[in-house]
Amino acid sequence: MAEEKKLFKVTIDNITIEVEPGTSILNAARKIGGDVAPPAMCYYTKLKGSGGKCRTCLVEVAAGSTADPRPMPKLVASCRTNVMDGMIVKNITSEKVIDARNGVVEFLLINHPLDCPICDQAGECSLQDLSYEHGKEATRYEFKRRTFEKHDMGPFIQLHMTRCILCYRCVFAADQLTDKREHGILDRGDHSEIATYIQKSLDHDFIGNIIDVCPVGALTDRTFRFKNRVWFLKPEDAHRDCPKCNGKVTLWYRGDEVFRVTARKDQWGEVQDWICNECRFEKKKTADWVIEGPTKISRHSVISANHYVGMEVPKETLPDVMGGRKPKLLMNIHSVSEVNRPGIDLSKIEGPAHSTDFVEAKNGS
Amino acid sequence: MNALTNRSKTVERKPMTFWEKIYLPAIAKGMSITFSHIFKKKPTINYPEQTRPFSPVFRGLQVLNRDEEGRERCTACGLCAVACPAEAITMEAAERLPGEENLYREEKYAAKYEINMLRCIFCGLCEEACPKDAVYLSETFATANYNRQSFIYGKKDMLIPHPKLQPEEYERAKGLRVNPK
Repeated sequence: MAEEKKLFKVTIDNITIEVEPGTSILNAARKIGGDVAPPAMCYYTKLKGSGGKCRTCLVEVAAGSTADPRPMPKLVASCRTNVMDGMIVKNITSEKVIDARNGVVEFLLINHPLDCPICDQAGECSLQDLSYEHGKEATRYEFKRRTFEKHDMGPFIQLHMTRCILCYRCVFAADQLTDKREHGILDRGDHSEIATYIQKSLDHDFIGNIIDVCPVGALTDRTFRFKNRVWFLKPEDAHRDCPKCNGKVTLWYRGDEVFRVTARKDQWGEVQDWICNECRFEKKKTADWVIEGPTKISRHSVISANHYVGMEVPKETLPDVMGGRKPKLLMNIHSVSEVNRPGIDLSKIEGPAHSTDFVEAKNGS
Repeated sequence: MNALTNRSKTVERKPMTFWEKIYLPAIAKGMSITFSHIFKKKPTINYPEQTRPFSPVFRGLQVLNRDEEGRERCTACGLCAVACPAEAITMEAAERLPGEENLYREEKYAAKYEINMLRCIFCGLCEEACPKDAVYLSETFATANYNRQSFIYGKKDMLIPHPKLQPEEYERAKGLRVNPK
């Protein structure tokens, strides 16, 4: 039998755990889970080379190792620092860390437009969650925020560069999932921006994954653009036989309509399996899929708002007392309401709906 | 049996005295109270001619606000609908086309916006949730009607008049809280 690997003992926020050598502090903390795990905006387990850019995962190392118990002089990025045996890490128990993290969030928000009411990512946005926990109520920034024109990256992907926090996740994803990367970062420093070289359309089968990878609303699904808010949709796990990917996805339903298809995400908001563009953008019918059941959503997420789980519907007593007769329907809501009209599927419109779509719909009905 | 509380009063069941039995003094006493009210100040008002000022926290029918240039403020973010405990609000969003910049304030707007006034409980949570100052509870009552159909309020029922094209109606719609007499 092979020699057993020596495990490193590491203490994070007074919780001791044994991990394999070469594990980063972030991954060790994620093994413990809960509040101990530092937030991460740029690190992505499935993307090699990601991490070290956003600085939200900063932690304090109170003792470097058993051999050298001196503390590290500065806060370190936990996604890029590997654990040592006997390391003592402070995350939420350290005031320095909380203070630094608040500062980082303020910096991330300097150029962020805060157009959450418009942004399709709202409700599942890492930056929104992060600033909810760490952000200030008001900005101290007095200058003009950096703005960019929005691009259509191909027919399916919309780029709002103004919202980008330059985490490089999409660049790594495009690099590692596709054989030719067509978008990257142009310019330097404050001017840097994600761009396709001369508006080249990204036509690779797996390029849609950059939408899931984006922690903010910079890359969004054009087929879902402005169609609905995520918290009005019900996520269902589903799969299909796909020749290109393994076809395991989450369908986002409103009534019987599939508004969008995304990859399944784990508890850290990371994609479990990459899915292909065909599954993501073109299979928006229930008939295309085998439904496995509702996706588990954290109760703290807004997506679970107004979703009644395990609800017991009280027995309808009226037919009993009325001798089997059903109560008379006094008003069919669809006879008056112009919203959610039967026969008109918003999800079927290509791209966002416009005023013209509603005019046509009116004539058609 | 012990009483549950010490505040309960036992009912007296004594037989009535002679003065109580003849009733007339009691009637005279009651009538004197009634007539004394003729000389007191009237607490009621003659409603359609006179109106009372609304309380500063009065919550009436919703209005959809416009900005100073008359563009609709609502961006169909859905926060009012998710905050609504009665689930009365529904909406459909659309993207602003080039040339519609004078109609809608942001690039996304509510193409359809409906409040089911049969469900609405006028709690004001929609107003509180709105990040764009678009929904306000005005100083108007929900009107009475015999059928249910007229209680589905759409955008045409709720949108505040245009501040530049219809300034008088706009000021009236804003109510007395904004323009005290």
